[in-house]
Amino acid sequence: MADDKRVLLKIQGLRIEGYSDEKWIEIVHGVDLTLNRGEVLGLIGESGAGKSTIGLAAMGFARDGCRISAGSVEFDGMELTTTAESDRRVLRGSRIAYVAQSAAASFNPAHKLIDQHTEAPVHYRIRKRMESQEDAMELYGRLRLPNPREIGFRYPHQVSGGQLQRAMTAMAMSCRPDLIIFDEPTTALDVTTQIEVLAAIRDIVDQFDTAAIYITHDLAVVAQMADTIKVLLKGDEVEEADTVTMLDSPKEDYTKTLWAVRSFQRPQKSRPADGAVPIVTVDNVDAAYGQTRVLEDVSFDVHAGMTVAVVGESGSGKSTAARCITGLLPPTKGRILFSGEELPANFRARSKDQLRQAQMIYQMADTALNPKVRISDIIGRPAEFYSGLKGAALKTRVDELLDLIELEPSQFYSRFPPELSGGQKQRIGIARALAAEPSFIICDEVTSALDQLVAEGILRLLDRLQDELNLAYMFITHDLATVRSIADEVVVMKEGRVVEMGPKDVMFTPPHHPYTDLLLSSVPEMDPNWLNTVLEERGVDNIGEAART
Amino acid sequence: MGDVTRIIITRLGLGLLTLLVISVLIFGAVELLPGDIAQAVLGQGATEDNLRALRTELGLDRSAPVRYFDWLSGAIVGDFGLSLLTQSSVTDTIAPRFANTLFLAGYAAVIAVPVAIILGVIVALLRNTLFDRVANVATLTSISSPEFFLGYILILYFSVKTGMFPAIAKLSDDLTFFELLERTFLPALTMVLVVVAHMMRMTRAAIINLLASPYIEMARLKGTPAWKVIARHALPNAWAPIINVVALNLAYLITGVVLVEVVFVYPGIGQLLVDAVTKRDFPVVQACCLIFAATFILLNLAADVGAILTNPRLRHPK
Repeated sequence: MADDKRVLLKIQGLRIEGYSDEKWIEIVHGVDLTLNRGEVLGLIGESGAGKSTIGLAAMGFARDGCRISAGSVEFDGMELTTTAESDRRVLRGSRIAYVAQSAAASFNPAHKLIDQHTEAPVHYRIRKRMESQEDAMELYGRLRLPNPREIGFRYPHQVSGGQLQRAMTAMAMSCRPDLIIFDEPTTALDVTTQIEVLAAIRDIVDQFDTAAIYITHDLAVVAQMADTIKVLLKGDEVEEADTVTMLDSPKEDYTKTLWAVRSFQRPQKSRPADGAVPIVTVDNVDAAYGQTRVLEDVSFDVHAGMTVAVVGESGSGKSTAARCITGLLPPTKGRILFSGEELPANFRARSKDQLRQAQMIYQMADTALNPKVRISDIIGRPAEFYSGLKGAALKTRVDELLDLIELEPSQFYSRFPPELSGGQKQRIGIARALAAEPSFIICDEVTSALDQLVAEGILRLLDRLQDELNLAYMFITHDLATVRSIADEVVVMKEGRVVEMGPKDVMFTPPHHPYTDLLLSSVPEMDPNWLNTVLEERGVDNIGEAART
Repeated sequence: MGDVTRIIITRLGLGLLTLLVISVLIFGAVELLPGDIAQAVLGQGATEDNLRALRTELGLDRSAPVRYFDWLSGAIVGDFGLSLLTQSSVTDTIAPRFANTLFLAGYAAVIAVPVAIILGVIVALLRNTLFDRVANVATLTSISSPEFFLGYILILYFSVKTGMFPAIAKLSDDLTFFELLERTFLPALTMVLVVVAHMMRMTRAAIINLLASPYIEMARLKGTPAWKVIARHALPNAWAPIINVVALNLAYLITGVVLVEVVFVYPGIGQLLVDAVTKRDFPVVQACCLIFAATFILLNLAADVGAILTNPRLRHPK
């Protein structure tokens, strides 16, 4: 109720429009939301659900090209949609704060962390600069940042992603706001880093009894953070319930499908006989960028028709290994073999047929496809280059490939990438790789930019193609759920070395190498007590550190 | 700082190399002229004997590479030889003229650079408003008009009609500094009008380009006022392109002033160059060209260094 003193934020019938193609299109269709002081509300949904837009609207803010067209946003008794912009601005930073998805991009590269931290409190005259700096150090300490008295005097590029995300949470706390909007704060982080940031955020929100809106697409994460969960779909509310109820007995079908997403599981293929020649062999490879050594003595095999998942945190050398195999980065030591035959280290020295054998699919289909080139040319070019097809034969081949990736040729043949959805673009990326008729495909985080339902579609497609075309995959990922669903073998990498490898069933059954154990136990589970349990097991003071050292 | 020092030294080395290549081009261009200098000086009616005598006197009987290195080694220590016309030292002829040009360029730059950057920030802040459009149209008009035309317009209004400033920028030794500023105000203003638009528009574009960055949105979500978002969060990251366009315009102020100097009868290096070309005084032409080239290279080098020094990633390595 609005007169209840506990109610901090009350949104009613919120409608938001976005400007595109020279007209206003409604993207949020009348959402209600009530948040009490000290409570955490989880907003969950796929991309395009309007989560961030609603989160920003709670600050009375609309991005350029968006506007709040109807409804009310009442913050602590003040109606934000009708007050002057200057009055709304005064709330931001002081009483409502924001924590962005990518801290690396959201900190200004030109200023030290602590100067960005003190900006709001000094501007609002809540604290003097020196007091605010002291406070920043205190908060850095509470968020368990290393060297809390010094880290603030670094520039953003000198601090790691997980630390930046904590520093940004500290910055949001600088004026002790009543409400913080967390917009996917851990999405860009590794699982091992995510767990530290989650714990830090939860503690500090508890300590200061701050209310929060926690936006994410990851159910397991929101289960740890939120008191209540609201599910959104394409700008509409699907349902809202307290966390335990929502996890145990979701009412709506859409919510149930979200819960069921991780069910895709492919039967593991048995290892080939010992004498079989692997399609790709990485043999004692070292690699370096300039003077920096990034791979050390890396060896593994990929057999025909099998999927090898390479897992590890960012910076562990997964993608560098792929660059060595494709010849983009010649190794400083060691060999790359295709079907037992050694390949020239540099791709320039490889024959067309050797190049054809190994193809890549990339993480960001958006940037991997030229937006100005038609689908027919994107797929047709490698078919023409490697197979010499021309004219009608080429068109037949492109149609065939489009059929293969389950896109209707007549609909997609002459379209451009920007007209396609994320999942469709990724399918085009797959077709482009298939056009070369390879026997081996490197999939570099191909599903991590996609929503879960879409990602599952891609995984099923890749699985079907593997069976039909006897393809071997090297699957680079940091998502262990993906590994569980499609891998035959798993290679765990850390700091440029292979820590452990073996068949999937063996890798997922204890005992593990301590680092594999750390990775596995860091994957959030749907149990609201999961974070507590893990923290307890590890001992709160050395989260993530135990197995690192 | 190790990285930055190394980058700067590399750039400096490249700059010197470029200058060396240009010196070859300048010397070579004069060599390629039809006839030779003796022919040019003495004209069509000269006899073989006269020509030979002059060639010996000027050292033209030696081979081209020998003369090039002779010229270059002189140039390095500031000795550009003797003027063919006056037989006085080229260095002594050029030095006071170049100082005048530098003074005028500096005068114009001191006004133009702050005005351009401040205007650029203001129009970025008020983008797509009436003020933005008026500022854009006004500066575009001034950049599109030829310098001599702008110069005469200014003379018409500020000198002929109102008599506020003198129309002719003649210099003499007994002028006080303020008299000097007053006399050279109109040529300086002409040049300001010519260069402001370019720098202002680049400042505007560089800032607006950054306004879509997540850290700008973050600044706005921290409640930072709009002017502070631009001054504190956008501008520090926009310096690199701004510095580059400023350097380009400063170089133009020094090397592109010929017309303005002629209009205002100002004794700068531009006028000297025009005179030397018409009178075929090659040592002076060569020296002027080399000075212009050095100015361009030096200013571009300064822009590179400035861009490096404003990049926190280079200034504060991991």
